[in-house]
Amino acid sequence: MMEPWEENESPVKKFMFVNRKAPYGTVYALESLEVVLISAAFDQDVSLVFVDDGVYQLKKNQSTDGIGMKNFSPTYNALGDYDINKIYIEAESMKERGLTLEDLQELTYEDEDDDWAEKSSINVVSRAELAELMDAQDVVISS
Amino acid sequence: MAMLHIVNKSPFDRSTLDSCLQSSKDGAAVLLIEDAVVAAVNGTSVSAKIADALSSKSVYVLGPDLNARGFQDADMIDGIKSVDYAGFVDLVAENSNVQSWL
Amino acid sequence: MKFTILINEGPYQHQASDSAYQFAKAALEKGHEIFRVFFYNDAVNNATRLSVPPQDDRNVTENWAALAEQHNLDMVVCIAAAQRRGMLDAGEMERQGKDANNIHPAFRISGLGQLVEGGIQSDRLVTFGD
Repeated sequence: MMEPWEENESPVKKFMFVNRKAPYGTVYALESLEVVLISAAFDQDVSLVFVDDGVYQLKKNQSTDGIGMKNFSPTYNALGDYDINKIYIEAESMKERGLTLEDLQELTYEDEDDDWAEKSSINVVSRAELAELMDAQDVVISS
Repeated sequence: MAMLHIVNKSPFDRSTLDSCLQSSKDGAAVLLIEDAVVAAVNGTSVSAKIADALSSKSVYVLGPDLNARGFQDADMIDGIKSVDYAGFVDLVAENSNVQSWL
Repeated sequence: MKFTILINEGPYQHQASDSAYQFAKAALEKGHEIFRVFFYNDAVNNATRLSVPPQDDRNVTENWAALAEQHNLDMVVCIAAAQRRGMLDAGEMERQGKDANNIHPAFRISGLGQLVEGGIQSDRLVTFGD
């Protein structure tokens, strides 16, 4: 039974942002992150996926002075503060690229339901698990 | 509850068709548009992969894109259905959600 | 059914805008509603008022403008992406102290929130990109 103030609200939708490309070679990693941060204001059920070359977006130690571009990788650390804490990384994509979680940034959030305990936002999933997750989404925005 | 997967790049150029076929569930619908339509043509090195996909998914090709690249329905792998833009719209509407593999 | 269409590429360089246009046209002909067409990344370049393509080929911007006029479409250009790429309307020209503007009147500049809202309010969000 909905409260009167709930009746005119839009339902919460499952939004998934899929990242498939490495950073810097194209703008998609940066501009996709900008959409994700904006989406936080809409109280939707947001998931962020890094698959194929998208896993490189989270690689630690990015140093961009030599290419004259802004290093935007610190921005991923803000995701937890924006309540974006469902982050999926595909296991097969990491393996193909010789990467482990130790090579990637640790993204965390503070769980308000658990005394603000700091937890990892990252979930490593298999290709098959990712397929299931994707299937369950209302909106998938890929870049 | 089936997802429509849209692939727009040639399998000889990008890996998105591969990623799509590997990451889509049985029963999914896959639509090939733009340069990806070459994957629908018979007698290529990916034809076996596509034919295999057909055993668990529905594969469609955007006819106008196929024709633009000099191919006809008769050139397609058996089992692939050709749709026009109206059919494309129907596929989006009839499947429960949609994802473009970019 | 209500659709939001997201386009990520500029005119001519990629087929994305053309594919999106043909899709939009077909959807409208079938009686569907297009809630919004959102132009992000290089797609902001579709909104130029200044393109002069060859006469014997389609005019991508004018195609969109005509469709928008016929069906009262909401065509939104992302402000952040537009600023990066030098696509300004009259208001932005003043605010940024530039000496020209170049956005076609059929398009309006707004924030990324309009894309998210499109996803929330529509039944389907379809992306056309690279």
